Amino acid sequence: MAGLGPAIHETPRGIKLLLVDARPKAGHNRRKSARRRMNRLAKAAPYLQALPMSAVLVLFFAVPIVLVVVVSFFDYETYQLLIPAFTLENYREVFSEAVTYRTYLITVEVCTITWAITVVLGFFIAYFLAFQVRSVTWQTVLLLVCSIPFWTSIIIRMIAWVPLLGRNGLVNQLLLTTRITTKPQEWLLYSPFSVILGYVHLYTLTMIVPIFNSMIRIDRSLIEAAVDAGASTWQVMRTVILPLSKTGIAIGSIFVIAMVMGDFVTVDVLGGGQVASVGKQIATQLSYLQFPPAAANAMVLLVAVIAMIALLMRAVDIRKEL
Amino acid sequence: MGEGRRPPIFWALAPLLALFIVFMYGPIATIVILSFQGPDGGLVFPMNGVSLHWFAALFQPQSIGDIWGSFRRSAALGLVVMICTVLFSFFAGLAFRRRFRGAGFLLYLALASLVMPSVVVSLGIGALFELLGIDRDWYSSALGAHLTWTLPFGLLIMFAVFNRFNPAYEEAARDQGASGWQTIRHVVVPIILPSLVGVALFGFTLSYDEIARTSQSVGALNTLPLELEAMQTNATTPVIYALGAATTGLSLMVIGVSLAAVLLVRRRRARLGSDAGQSV
Repeated sequence: MAGLGPAIHETPRGIKLLLVDARPKAGHNRRKSARRRMNRLAKAAPYLQALPMSAVLVLFFAVPIVLVVVVSFFDYETYQLLIPAFTLENYREVFSEAVTYRTYLITVEVCTITWAITVVLGFFIAYFLAFQVRSVTWQTVLLLVCSIPFWTSIIIRMIAWVPLLGRNGLVNQLLLTTRITTKPQEWLLYSPFSVILGYVHLYTLTMIVPIFNSMIRIDRSLIEAAVDAGASTWQVMRTVILPLSKTGIAIGSIFVIAMVMGDFVTVDVLGGGQVASVGKQIATQLSYLQFPPAAANAMVLLVAVIAMIALLMRAVDIRKEL
Repeated sequence: MGEGRRPPIFWALAPLLALFIVFMYGPIATIVILSFQGPDGGLVFPMNGVSLHWFAALFQPQSIGDIWGSFRRSAALGLVVMICTVLFSFFAGLAFRRRFRGAGFLLYLALASLVMPSVVVSLGIGALFELLGIDRDWYSSALGAHLTWTLPFGLLIMFAVFNRFNPAYEEAARDQGASGWQTIRHVVVPIILPSLVGVALFGFTLSYDEIARTSQSVGALNTLPLELEAMQTNATTPVIYALGAATTGLSLMVIGVSLAAVLLVRRRRARLGSDAGQSV
């Protein structure tokens, strides 16, 4: 890749120079055309620079997503996974089964609870880091401490809950030895509780970072003005900081909703087959190589996610109107 | 915020942050401790002696999974993804400093790729390869799937970098007769090097730990996170904890090396910095 830059610059120039040199008395023309060439090159440069990323995103993101839409209308058989067709059968299947509605209901429920917890936790932690920690060094250190788990294995962070929450896990051992309970608590693991705990553990940081980013940009003189006008800490937080961190809250929320609604890994590891999710339903269909029904299901999921995000944006905007 | 005494909210929120940090690191610490179980130790507490038995067991042939094969695939994939992410994001970042047709489309594509539920991306790539009749593998379909996840992060970091970049440095270089390539090589890259290290860190770690987008796009041979997911359902010994502790150690090492590199560049810069603007 490093050699690509000069190669692209040199090849056309080399060819052009040969052509120009073939003509006598081309001094003036040569300079003029050299400038034109430079201009053309400068105009082409951003396209060449954006090419690798565009190519990857079109090939591995845009085309596959379009394909999901197309395949959702396809037919399938056991020995032919994708039969081009236009059938609404896959969608009919999705909407006709009671299990679909139950799965969507629990997924939306789990997602809403997760979102509520992460947004509250994220807001207060970001607020603390942005406004209550006064030295930049400490701010950096604490933000880094919070971020490091983001760069470690998601799957390990999920598995790590098992020896804590299991039937013979640490929490149950503590509950039994302190005689808070007489029987091991079964709801701690492989339950909606453990799944939500896992999500909060994984995704609170995705809430903290964008909210912190919004908060750090808030003009400090606005807060001083509010304090001078007699606002309490709580009032400053509610009437100045909260509205001004709206963008961060929205970005964090989009991330959390998209990741939780489509999740099938956390549900698998911490739900242990006891908790259903739309993502897991799709993954199961895919494991049986049923692409068309999985695609139809994915389209419905996508619409649900977009609807949830739109609803959220509206709620955020309404608050601004009040 | 002004000087003076801490407001009550500080004392209310400081314990919250402390608890949150315990919440973030507690479970992983449990796994690390349990990985030192004695040879007769089980999957839960109490510790039955302390040993390196389960770390040694990582080097024995496993009945429940292919640890080293999947590790090699994950590490190789992580490195390729890292290199692609740094180069593609850097060049795309350069492109976005000027106006070009399709800039808005590319930006929306990257943002959509970032928030798209992974199962949908994974399904689409799976269907694409199925239709083309190409076998899915870690170096083809999974590589593409990983890039749809890491490139948007890289691009957003480059946006932040170039927003703060002072074009006067490049103008100065051009005035001195530097070519476009020389300006990038000797002026732009050295200035933004710490951020490029950051992009590399995102590229490697996000790929090395990726699971959701990999699952439907990797084909027959698993990457390490997928192998771990499969192993944990059948795990009966702490060897899975030893593996978890080891791979987390590797992640921490990568983070540590990246941070050290950034600090080193900064220190060097402070030491060898220019004296321009200083009075004689």
